[in-house]
Amino acid sequence: MNIAVQGGLGIASPGSFGGGFSWAFARDLMLAVRHPGETLLVVAFFVLVASLFPLGVGAEPQLLQRIGPGVIWVCALLAAFLSLPGLFATDYADGSLEQMMLSPHPMAGWASGKIAAHWVMSGLPLTALSPLLGLQYGLAPDTLAILAASLALGTPVLSLLGSACTALALGARGGGVLLALLALPLFVPVLIFGAGAADAQAASLSPAPHLSLLGAGLILAVMTLPFAACAAIRIAVD
Amino acid sequence: MTLLEGRGLACSRGVATLFRDVSFRIGAGEWLAVRGANGSGKTTLLRCVAGLTRADAGDIDRDGDFIYAGHLAGIKDDLSAEENLVGALALRGVGAGPQAIGAALFEAGLAERRKLPARRLSAGQRRRIGLARLMLDPAPIWILDEPLTALDDDAQALFARLLARQLERGGLALIATHHALAPAPAHELRIGP
Repeated sequence: MNIAVQGGLGIASPGSFGGGFSWAFARDLMLAVRHPGETLLVVAFFVLVASLFPLGVGAEPQLLQRIGPGVIWVCALLAAFLSLPGLFATDYADGSLEQMMLSPHPMAGWASGKIAAHWVMSGLPLTALSPLLGLQYGLAPDTLAILAASLALGTPVLSLLGSACTALALGARGGGVLLALLALPLFVPVLIFGAGAADAQAASLSPAPHLSLLGAGLILAVMTLPFAACAAIRIAVD
Repeated sequence: MTLLEGRGLACSRGVATLFRDVSFRIGAGEWLAVRGANGSGKTTLLRCVAGLTRADAGDIDRDGDFIYAGHLAGIKDDLSAEENLVGALALRGVGAGPQAIGAALFEAGLAERRKLPARRLSAGQRRRIGLARLMLDPAPIWILDEPLTALDDDAQALFARLLARQLERGGLALIATHHALAPAPAHELRIGP
């Protein structure tokens, strides 16, 4: 099928990546402010689950120091996962996604804006809270710093991977279960390198290799996954 | 010269063929009514023309910028009528000042409720946000799917005036509707068996 489109007659401004990004980013943040329950749920889940572990496994300082980074990373991963289903599904259900696709902006622009807003509402507060939770596990200050750094690099990758998976699950019945099956296995490498960085620091080894790999993963994810999400959205809307 | 043309469009869903060999041509100042029974593929045809759904065959010529309004209005429950309108216009890159926004909301009968969250508006009032958008958007091509659903007599008359203005300024419209509309359509396209 061919669609020929000639120059816009009445349009005020041509679309741009930045225009779509800032529109979607600002709108999603505004919606989150109007409806803060979801963001608070993510943060509360993270804090509660990370606080339950010391109660469950006992207050042995050496054991807690050993498992601390891994437990906090798993909690952050699950908390970030918790807010994923709504990323595109609400816009899909009320028709906003169609209007975004028909806008003059490239799809990758507004999709990236939505993903960035998702990170600001999930990954960013989790990263900011992680040193506080790390104290419960008796982690040393330098380990806390590396833990926060690994989360700062890793949680955007979770948002990006999750966005492509949630776009694939759009419109599917039982999408939540499908999303877990799709996304959680893909989160594994991020978890390994993220928790590994803090573990290495705790064992007086250099965390640099882990952080470098996380950074490389982040760059790769930023360059490719918004386009994967766009392709999946296009299939869902068709 | 604004023009919307489809040639030999065909679309199927699964094994069922919705329509085949549908052709139309709408010039400036004309509107085309798409008629057909429920489930005959009117919505699918409009989505094909808008580029949302891929047609199995055929060509589409869209000479000009267009807006598409389907069954789902893309209205956010947590934002007010005014914010929804401003957001929809900003997404399309249409610059409209606060005065123009206020005037459009007034004309659409939403002046009193402009600050209310959309979830507290009735179905017809939500559709009126779409009418305000039609007032402000300069797009020369309208692709509208059942624009009169849930609208009362006043709002239907308002839509007829907007359509007349759109045609006068050299725009065109492709509208799927079961209603008779005041500016008579230049052509009717009947799809389905």
